Amino acid sequence: MAYLSSEKINELEIKANEIRQSIIEMLIEAGSGHTAGALGMADIFTLFYFHILKHDPENPLWVDRDRLVLSNGHICPVLYASMAHAGYFPIEELKTLRKFGSRLQGHPHREYLSFMETSSGPLGSGLSQSVGMALADRIDKKDKEKFIYCLMSDGELNEGNSWEAVMLAGKNKLQNLIVVIDRNNIQIDGNTEDVMPLEPLMAKWRAFNWKVMQVFGHDFKKLNEKIEIAQEYENGPTVIIAHTTPGKGVKEFEDDYNWHGKAPNKEEGKMALNELKVESIKLKE
Amino acid sequence: MLNPKLKLNTKIFNDDVENISMREGFGRGLLEAGEQNKNIVSLCADLKDSLHMNLFAEKFKDRFIEVGVAEQNLVTVASGMAAMGKIPFCGSYAIFSPGRNYEQIRTTISYNDRPVKIIGSHAGVSVGPDGGSHQALEDIALMRVLPNMEVFSPCDINEAKKITMAIAKTNRPAYVRLSREKTPIITTEETPFEIGKAETYWMPEIGIAQVGIIATGELLYNAILAAKELESIGIKTKVINLSSIKPIDTDAIIKLAKETKAIVTVEEHQIAGGMGSAVAEVLAQNYPVPIEFIGVKDLFGQSGTSEELIKFYDMDKYSIKEAAKTCLRRQEVLKRKN
Repeated sequence: MAYLSSEKINELEIKANEIRQSIIEMLIEAGSGHTAGALGMADIFTLFYFHILKHDPENPLWVDRDRLVLSNGHICPVLYASMAHAGYFPIEELKTLRKFGSRLQGHPHREYLSFMETSSGPLGSGLSQSVGMALADRIDKKDKEKFIYCLMSDGELNEGNSWEAVMLAGKNKLQNLIVVIDRNNIQIDGNTEDVMPLEPLMAKWRAFNWKVMQVFGHDFKKLNEKIEIAQEYENGPTVIIAHTTPGKGVKEFEDDYNWHGKAPNKEEGKMALNELKVESIKLKE
Repeated sequence: MLNPKLKLNTKIFNDDVENISMREGFGRGLLEAGEQNKNIVSLCADLKDSLHMNLFAEKFKDRFIEVGVAEQNLVTVASGMAAMGKIPFCGSYAIFSPGRNYEQIRTTISYNDRPVKIIGSHAGVSVGPDGGSHQALEDIALMRVLPNMEVFSPCDINEAKKITMAIAKTNRPAYVRLSREKTPIITTEETPFEIGKAETYWMPEIGIAQVGIIATGELLYNAILAAKELESIGIKTKVINLSSIKPIDTDAIIKLAKETKAIVTVEEHQIAGGMGSAVAEVLAQNYPVPIEFIGVKDLFGQSGTSEELIKFYDMDKYSIKEAAKTCLRRQEVLKRKN
């Protein structure tokens, strides 16, 4: 995979900022939705959609594409915004989020937006589906030609189903399966370590025969390096625990679990957009 | 008489009628389907031999996935495989799948529209000594209530094979319930099966039937036995095999009700929400008639032999005969009122 030049990194930062603005605009218009996780994952989504993924927005069901499976579907504003900016559908359409008749359902539904990899919303089943995709690739001997990326939240690891998938992937040494966890330490009822402690998290995955790495979730260069290592690792599946700040990009929203399931009102949204626009100018200098 | 057009097993009423588990029909059907289509894969939750999936697993080692005792993973991994163009069959016992993995089936298969086929074996009280925890009596209700999910309940080994091969050819999510026990062979290889169609297995030699009996699963056998005995006491009946519960043959049900004006439904399942309820929904909307339901009356199962339990829960041929007579009486009361 290509080395990230500082020009490319700057491009990605500008794009991530645009995506963050779209997220805020969408959520203001919708009047409901999940802010913290969407903003927190904007950098990772930007990196995937604008650098890592082997995909073709004009041929969205291209059979040899990489698969990006969003398991924690509630952060779909960042998925929709990234796909729109990447050219899958018009950016204008983002303002229809959660509205009656919209292709952009409140949680992803393939019936409405057919070129997403899966419907989601209920937590804990994205990894199982990703394992299934990787198993199919192995049967078809296509597991050296593409990657299955599964994006999960940390809170979602409370679900037992997740660990069934972790076990099966470890058993089958699925080398083209790469998981990125949004380790933002929040869930609905508070901090993950208060609600259901996950630490020692890396040790848990290692115990199931996964290669485990951790990374700062807002550093494009380091994220890219870790993903490259994961891609080259042939002995089994890899998980990258990405430490992110929930609500990243808008200081008022950062590190506050109350923003997990809440959308900004008009004033809050305006304030957020101003902050993002100021940042955008700085990035373009 | 048995419907001659259907080429049913001529030995049905013999004491030595052959008894084989319909699970074997599924296993053989899966193997044959797998031979015809290389995209068919199968997954099992630690019950490979019991479900006769070992036949497929031995022939197509790389197309069989063992997930261990993890039924939620079972169906969700299948969903992922289907996303890549595979046609997955997932097997477990009906009490676990559906049941334990209901939401995953709903979200990742029905809602997500993936062509996964879910096989729930050991349905009904006839599971026997294992007891109530292992006797699925809710699965028809659970699965028929899901949009984008077909529901089938074969009457014997031959029909189980046909259903397996039929659903292997569709791109629709489907559920098939199977019994554990060795049950009598009712059909032959020539007996037709068509998704969404119900055939008449028993009819009067002459004249109109007075009671329509709609049965599903292995209890179709008891229904036919009951019909034969009712005939000998002058009560003519028609017996329909409703093996395709969803899509349901609305026309056949309404036609039967119009002819008989009295219906008995027979299933090894809770009365609430099962096949009988599906029939009642059709008739209440189109042609209301008295209906008697044979099934479990809001109880859990328990240990015993299959025969003891079917009798205890009032699903044997005597209960079916009594239900038919009750239905006739109800119909007569209605006639008098009018």
